Amino acid sequence: MGDWSSVTVAELSSDNNITWCTSARNMSPSSLSVSQVQNSTLPLPKSMHSFFSAFCTEENIEQSLSYLNKELTTLGFPSLYADSRGKELSIVSVLNCMNELLLLQRKTLRAQEETETQHLKLGSDMDHLQNCYIKLKEQLESSRRETVGLQERDRQLQCKNRNLHQLLKNEKDEIQKLQNIVASRASQYNHDMKRKEREYNKLKERFHQLLMNKKDKKMAMDILNYVGRIDGKRGAWRTGKTEAKNEEEMFKTLLNEYEQRQKQLLIENAELKKLLQQMKKEIISLLSSQKQMPKEKIEDSSGLVLSDLEEDSGEANKENMWELSCETVREQLANSIRKQWRMLKNHVESLDNQVSHVYSGSLSDKDTISRHEHELEVEGLQLEIQQCKEMIKTQQQLLQQQLTSPCDDDTNMLLQDCYLLEEKERLKEEWRLFREQKKNFERERKSFTEAAIRLGLERKAFEEDRGVWLKQQFLNMTSDQNKADRMKAQNAFLGSSESDNPLTNVRSLQKKSNHLFNVPKFSDVYQTTQHILESSLSTFLDKTHEDQKPSQIKREPLMLQIKEASPLAEDNGNNVHGLLSADLCTEHIINSS
Amino acid sequence: MVNFSELFKASSHLCRFSPDGKYLASGVQYRLVIRDVNTLEILQLFTCLDQIQHIEWSSDSLFIFCAMYKRGIVQVWSLEQPDWHCKIDEGSAGLVASSWSPDGRHILNTTEFHLRITVWSLCTKSVSYIKYPKACQQGVAFTKDGRYLALVERRDCKDYISLFVCSNWQLLRHFETETQDAVGIDWAPNGCVLAVWDSCLEYKVLLYTLDGRLLSTYKAYEWSLGVKSLTWSPSSQFLAIGSYDGKVRILNHVTWTKIAEFDHPTNVTNSKTVVYNEVEKAPAVNLEKLTFPPNQRMANALFSIKTKYDVVQAPISLHHVKPPADRANPRIGVGMLAFSSDNSFLATRNDNLPNAVWIWDVQKMKLCVVLEHLGPVQLFQWDPHQSRLALCTGNNKVYLWSSAGCTSVQVPIEGDFKVTWLSWHPSGDFLILLSKDNFCLCYLEGEGEAVK
Repeated sequence: MGDWSSVTVAELSSDNNITWCTSARNMSPSSLSVSQVQNSTLPLPKSMHSFFSAFCTEENIEQSLSYLNKELTTLGFPSLYADSRGKELSIVSVLNCMNELLLLQRKTLRAQEETETQHLKLGSDMDHLQNCYIKLKEQLESSRRETVGLQERDRQLQCKNRNLHQLLKNEKDEIQKLQNIVASRASQYNHDMKRKEREYNKLKERFHQLLMNKKDKKMAMDILNYVGRIDGKRGAWRTGKTEAKNEEEMFKTLLNEYEQRQKQLLIENAELKKLLQQMKKEIISLLSSQKQMPKEKIEDSSGLVLSDLEEDSGEANKENMWELSCETVREQLANSIRKQWRMLKNHVESLDNQVSHVYSGSLSDKDTISRHEHELEVEGLQLEIQQCKEMIKTQQQLLQQQLTSPCDDDTNMLLQDCYLLEEKERLKEEWRLFREQKKNFERERKSFTEAAIRLGLERKAFEEDRGVWLKQQFLNMTSDQNKADRMKAQNAFLGSSESDNPLTNVRSLQKKSNHLFNVPKFSDVYQTTQHILESSLSTFLDKTHEDQKPSQIKREPLMLQIKEASPLAEDNGNNVHGLLSADLCTEHIINSS
Repeated sequence: MVNFSELFKASSHLCRFSPDGKYLASGVQYRLVIRDVNTLEILQLFTCLDQIQHIEWSSDSLFIFCAMYKRGIVQVWSLEQPDWHCKIDEGSAGLVASSWSPDGRHILNTTEFHLRITVWSLCTKSVSYIKYPKACQQGVAFTKDGRYLALVERRDCKDYISLFVCSNWQLLRHFETETQDAVGIDWAPNGCVLAVWDSCLEYKVLLYTLDGRLLSTYKAYEWSLGVKSLTWSPSSQFLAIGSYDGKVRILNHVTWTKIAEFDHPTNVTNSKTVVYNEVEKAPAVNLEKLTFPPNQRMANALFSIKTKYDVVQAPISLHHVKPPADRANPRIGVGMLAFSSDNSFLATRNDNLPNAVWIWDVQKMKLCVVLEHLGPVQLFQWDPHQSRLALCTGNNKVYLWSSAGCTSVQVPIEGDFKVTWLSWHPSGDFLILLSKDNFCLCYLEGEGEAVK
């Protein structure tokens, strides 16, 4: 037993070593960490060995085995003994246990490693965060300090500002005061001046009187002989006449001056007018050439202005008449100039915009424009649809009216026919008209039917398309699912499509198509109906115009025609009348709308 | 080329060209010397009763008077008849100013204390008095055609303006002006608008028509010293007003509103302005150049000679004088301004920048040239026929500017000759340069040959 056990122990240890070695061999290439783990655990086995040697000796194999067994069983390992009584040692289970233990140990080691690294990581994180925290704290502190500093500065500045305001106020007051002082000084000065001047004047007066009284002998002119005047004339006597003459001359000089100035102004004015005229012409020519350019899009308003311009240019000749009095045309002229200028400005701005757009990227710009146009077109189409709907509604109403009231009309007409000849004639004419209208209506009907046929064809095509599309859709949808499911779905689809009545199917499709293809249908209908209506109306109108003028001549053969046709065309004619009225009404509505 | 005549004597700036440009009158002490302008020969020599203080030619160049204010005497001389004489004695009333009427046959004498103006006629015995003339800077103004006389009067502490017809001294208009204390009047060259400006205490310029209607009133600012100088452009189109704030304001003749304002700052900053700065150079070069008699290379243009001006790139700081603020009549503001005869330039001087002359382009209404000198500018005057400016700074040089360039010419005369006054000959061909006691003629371009 002891041998056995020793052997087992040896085996165990060797096994252990081997497994370590193998594990090392196996694991080393896989990762570095494991090899590190390996290295770190290398000294362990020795200590363990020594521990084992202390734990188990030759003598206590049994006890140690049983102890180990107990321990292991408590830990959930299978028993080391083959039998339940613990007599026979099962090497397999021992080895298994050992292996399990080893695995466990490795696992725990790894876990420990991981936790250690994690711990390290967390520690470093912690450090980092602490650093961050400290830094932020410092930052906060510094910013706080800064804010305090700024607040202080702000306060100081405010203080300063207040002081400055105060100073300004003081200065202003000072200025006011000084101004007042200056004013008062000025007034005082003036006052003093006046006083002094008065005194001075008095003195002067007195002096003058004294001088005059003294009969100053010294004051004299000593001249050899008097010389002639510069103009050779003798001095004239001073009379009232000379005074008047002087006045006259003065006004003459003034007048001359004003005339001269007026002339200058006139010349200047004329030159400016010329310039203006020229400018105007140039602008007009520029703008009109711009209009002619197909690429340039000019707004409606500008078009209006252009017409104005043309009028103005037409008036240019008239302006020559007003050459002298500008006042009448001034406003007009100014307005037209302003308009032209605005246009020119707009044009230049648009050109600028274009240039800038070209630089920024022309493609996107074009795209947006086309989108905008699209939107506009869609709006237009929707409006058209609305109109078509209204028209159809009115047509339906009129048809219904016409259907409900044919017999009354018929009897009335018959009665009237019996009683009045004049009315008869009129009726005959009406008949003729009715016939024509009938013809028109028939044409219309034909076109309607054609349109209906076309619609039917379209519908058919659509149905086919839809069928194909649905099929494809289903196939696409089901392609990812299981085969069986797919099959089922296909079967169901096929079954339903087959089981349904083709007519109902078509109807349902039609309903859907109505929803889907509202737009093309209505537009088509509208176009066809409008076309028909226009043609019928035009023919009708033409004919009435033609007929009304030579009515006397044309009446007789027409009467004959109507007489011949009347028995057959009576019913139709009535119908035609109703329809015609409906047509006219609709046309009227369209026109009004 | 510039040539100079020899030096002649003339006391206290008494030297005048006759209006027709033929004669040159100069006063030396008691004597009046009349010379031929071309030959400079003495044609006449008149001896007056006292030291001459003022001489003036009549408009037709036939008469010349010499005023002796101290004695209260005016003596009139005739060129045609040297024997003819006329003496006007103002007597005990005294005499402070004397001038010809535009017709050249009347003399207006202002008596002492501006008691009256006596109008003496040389044709008749008549004597007229104009009472209440105001003692002011420019109280008498004749229209350019000589038909009307405007006179500032002061009665009852109010300013009035009297308009007289010069042919018979009849009062045409008499009206009160809205001035506190008018100091000057000036007719527009067309003789239809009269500018009246108030004393420097108030900035106020009033414009009246010939018939006494108030056309407009212009006030640039208040509470400060106002108008210092005023001048009309030869075309009557602009009225330039120089004021104590160192600015010139230009009014137009249609709306009488300001169309431009020319400032005269100490620093010229606009780099487009041409600044000529006078600098000293070696005098030897100039002496060599300006030998007398002049050499034959005179066909060259006037400004081809070497200039003493340096063209300086703006910005430049000008020499300025800070005037004492507590004295009356401070040396600040625009005190001198003159339009060129062809209306295209305006020359100004700001009195606190005494060394600089500013030349403004009237068409562009902006500063064109600044001439900075070494000494204060004494006087400048435009050529009567072209845009050519002559100026003196009280040294022995004469400075000339035209749009082509700028030059300074030293007067090649031995001894002390400081040009303090100058005057153009009516033809614009030469200048008279005056110092305190002497004068000489300065010939420009080809004129020098005639002297030889």
